[in-house]
Amino acid sequence: MSLPIVFLSAALVNNFVLSRFMGLCPFLGVSKNLKTALGMGAAVIFVMGTSSIITFIVNEHILLAYNLEYLYIIAFILIIASLVQLVEAIIKRISRTLYTALGVYLPLITTNCAVLGVAVINIREEEFSLLHAAVNGISAGAGFTLALLLFACIREEMVANAIPKAFRGLPITLIAAGLISMAFLGFGGIL
Amino acid sequence: MTHPDSNRSHPCTKIIKNGIFTENPIFVQVLGMCPVLAITTSTLNGISMGAATTAVLTFSNIFISILRKAVPTAVRIPIFVVIIAGFVTIVEFLLRAYVPGVYSALGIYIPLIVVNCIILGRAENFASKHNPLRAAADGVGMGLGFAMALIIVGAFREILGSGTFLSGTPFMLTLPPGIPRTILIVLPPGGFLTLGFVMAIRKHILDKKKTVKVAENNEFTHCLSKCSSCK
Repeated sequence: MSLPIVFLSAALVNNFVLSRFMGLCPFLGVSKNLKTALGMGAAVIFVMGTSSIITFIVNEHILLAYNLEYLYIIAFILIIASLVQLVEAIIKRISRTLYTALGVYLPLITTNCAVLGVAVINIREEEFSLLHAAVNGISAGAGFTLALLLFACIREEMVANAIPKAFRGLPITLIAAGLISMAFLGFGGIL
Repeated sequence: MTHPDSNRSHPCTKIIKNGIFTENPIFVQVLGMCPVLAITTSTLNGISMGAATTAVLTFSNIFISILRKAVPTAVRIPIFVVIIAGFVTIVEFLLRAYVPGVYSALGIYIPLIVVNCIILGRAENFASKHNPLRAAADGVGMGLGFAMALIIVGAFREILGSGTFLSGTPFMLTLPPGIPRTILIVLPPGGFLTLGFVMAIRKHILDKKKTVKVAENNEFTHCLSKCSSCK
């Protein structure tokens, strides 16, 4: 599988939020305005990229090498959790402003199922190399960010609309997400 | 189960009811949405995912509750996550060995049970503060509440999208061929749309009930206040 196809597939065709339904909690929670959506997106791209690389190496050289592949769930979640802690510490050191802007969303990346999801997909694809895994992780994060940004714009517009009482809040948000997801179905023709 | 005083039910029954209705993880707390949308293309998928999650939730709740005094607060989250991941691994093995069909239908969403917010949420908010029996009741209640949401959404999507009900089981029903099937409902957008509509319907019913109740209450107080002047 060539790398551009991996990118298109992870970012658009099989968009993690809109067609695999991974990472919905931050998608629905953080997408209320554009600025937090952007910060969250950047953090997720970073974590997904690095965790893809590390989990792939660990799986190849430790789990498979010693016949421990049944431990993959425990190993991956520990790697992701410690990575998120590391990212948190680094951001805190480098930029205090970014750290306060991201706030509680940083530790929550651990329970973003897109991060664990991409790690598991990487090791289940037969022909994936380390490079494929890295590209897949970063493009999946990019797809997540794209969906988050699109949705943040729509939600900012939606605030001013008259919505039937029963649909206010979560129901209309889900239906709007369904409509974007329908638009993303159109990318299916690319591959 | 005849209790002399029917008003005072056992605390565990109350905890289970609380999980299914009052604090339903999907409809009220809106936690753990990913599997609700991803695997609910059929009722059977909903039932199996609901059962798998209930099992993990109940056992991790019991285990965490037993260990609650031994776990240092500073590192509790990693410890909880490892315990949950252990139970998810067990469930994955059991599914692969005994029901391979379900295992392949749920696919990647089985390992993702680990990051289902409900499980860590209950560990943190309930199991680490209560005794094992209550933690087990909470796990069962929350798990059933979650399963109920999965089954409702799954049934809607299967009937509207594929025109069948409970396909893959011996009780399969098929709609007559004259009724149109909307394939979109089984595709990803259908997940969002169905859950959105189910939640709106639930909200509408609850709002109606509330207004009726308020009206009844008003009548009652109205009567009470007038009692002194009743003739």
